[in-house]
Amino acid sequence: MTEPLLRAEGLSRSFEGRRRLFHETPRVRAVAELNLTLDRGTALGIVGESGCGKSTLARLLLRLIPLSDGRIIFDGRDITALDESAMRPLRRRMQLIHQNPSAALDPRLSAEDAVAEPLRIHGVASGQALRDRVAALLAEVGLPSAFLHRFPHELSGGQKQRVCIARALALEPDLLVLDEPTSALDVSVQAQILDVLDALRARRGLAYLFISHNLAVVRQVCERVAVMYLGRIVEEGSAAEVLGTPRHPYTRALLESVPRLGANQAPPAAPGEPPNPASPPSGCAFHPRCALAVAACRAAMPPLVTLGDGHRLRCPRVG
Amino acid sequence: MSALLEIRDYRLAFDTFDGTAQVLDGIDLTLSAGETLGIVGETGCGKSVLARSLLQLNPMPPARVVSGQIHFRDEDILRLPERAMRRLRGRAIAMIFQDPASYLNPLLAIGTQMEDAIRGQDIAASLRKRPRAAARARAAELLAAVGLPEPARLLDSHPHMLSGGMRQRVLIAMALAGDPALLVADEPTTALDVTVQAQVLALIARLVAERGLALMLISHDLGVVAASCARVAVMYAGTVVEEAPTGELLARPLHPYARGLIAAVPDLDHPERRPQGIAGSIPGLIAPPSGCRFHPRCSAATDRCRREKPLRRELLPGRSVACHHATP
Repeated sequence: MTEPLLRAEGLSRSFEGRRRLFHETPRVRAVAELNLTLDRGTALGIVGESGCGKSTLARLLLRLIPLSDGRIIFDGRDITALDESAMRPLRRRMQLIHQNPSAALDPRLSAEDAVAEPLRIHGVASGQALRDRVAALLAEVGLPSAFLHRFPHELSGGQKQRVCIARALALEPDLLVLDEPTSALDVSVQAQILDVLDALRARRGLAYLFISHNLAVVRQVCERVAVMYLGRIVEEGSAAEVLGTPRHPYTRALLESVPRLGANQAPPAAPGEPPNPASPPSGCAFHPRCALAVAACRAAMPPLVTLGDGHRLRCPRVG
Repeated sequence: MSALLEIRDYRLAFDTFDGTAQVLDGIDLTLSAGETLGIVGETGCGKSVLARSLLQLNPMPPARVVSGQIHFRDEDILRLPERAMRRLRGRAIAMIFQDPASYLNPLLAIGTQMEDAIRGQDIAASLRKRPRAAARARAAELLAAVGLPEPARLLDSHPHMLSGGMRQRVLIAMALAGDPALLVADEPTTALDVTVQAQVLALIARLVAERGLALMLISHDLGVVAASCARVAVMYAGTVVEEAPTGELLARPLHPYARGLIAAVPDLDHPERRPQGIAGSIPGLIAPPSGCRFHPRCSAATDRCRREKPLRRELLPGRSVACHHATP
């Protein structure tokens, strides 16, 4: 078997809460003992509600924030302990796309300058070759040369996100981490961006780590999906299985809560709300909201068990 | 049955340094008591400006009413003096917003804010001379009505101690304080997680049914509107392009934009149906396209569409479409 592009083993990250005199400093475990792999050219979706740790996970995997524990292996190389100068050549190969393209772009850089910047910094090209390359990148994401000299305020949200994608592609990465890339966009524009992302992956053999709260979007983009709840994966498998025939009670609740176009009533609602990571419930974090919970669920965190064909499930109460 | 709310040929412009933006371009909508109407559309279509018009919350200037009437019961809201408007706002017409956190004062306990809202109501006139205790009891009652546990303890809490879903419930409780006939909900669940959104949608549906509220729900999410509203109006660039019973619109949209909007939504249960984008982008409203404002993005556009603004006409009972080429 070939080495996956990205592998995380026992990845954890805690944050310190507010210090109080004579009190132990509370620790918030944003990501806990998380294992995952991402194969070349594939797309893995990370879904879950606010506070589940999905954005922290993205930043950890890119080594943008330090980890508390665990290992990250990128392209067969352990990058957990690499310092900034050793990381730099690898950073070209892993890029991040943010939710809000308006905040991600420098308002004083034109589309051309924004995309040229990483190429200049890494000394990849200059002069006419640089300009040609930038124009080709923008064309690849569907922005014709008329857009080259436009500034962010002259672009729509979708056009700005296209510039961000072109900029991320400039250094020819193997991995794109996309953190809610279409959440700030209108639905008609979202569909266009999803088309761009699909075409790019097919053409360039990119791998995507695709973070989103929108299950239908993840279903469109990804082959595999991991569902997170309070810092841990509760279910992972092929998108068709996890989102088509979900097994974990939380995955089910999540899917049932999505309002469907065909329904003419409010979707059924799981009780309660996502718990506060600063004071997690005992045992399985989902037990206070789970109809299937028994005493054992309150007592101990169930393990993430691998079933057939790579499906992983953290719930002993379902089959 | 006479209409509770009747909007007729309502045009609103915003005067800006770059020129006058024609933000609402002839809106006609009717809502009867107890009816539910969803307004959907994308960024900049004017749906929130329309919602805020019902409470006269658009700052004037820069906003300016160009023409039209908004009749609520028998008064034209657009011609009411501010003092009279204050008798309606938060009473007969109540509103909830997208971001509940910004509508609560972070420094005051929930109880204090609710008591203020209650003591400001006409219906609470009987309470006005009485101690705060009566208002507090009413506040606890309202919190219970929106399904919040331990109302007494909640009244002493501050907003930061509440989750987003609880804050939105508190605001819904405050909206109920005036015993409104019309609830205007502007993206009420957009900031919430999907499991919490389902709870709040169920709550809104229950309140509408129990209290006979009329509901105008503004959302960019067709699923949210389908879950909450019997009727839906689709807006594009300041105009209502189609209005229909929700089920009929979703099953068979007649306006090209409504069709495009529905085709763009990814379907969780049918992933093989690839969402289709709409080419082009939303037009600027300072110099909007001539004729039909959708024509530059419409594959069926003809010369007539470029020349002549289509009026909304009834194609089927209860279904009206603003398109020269739409057929039933």
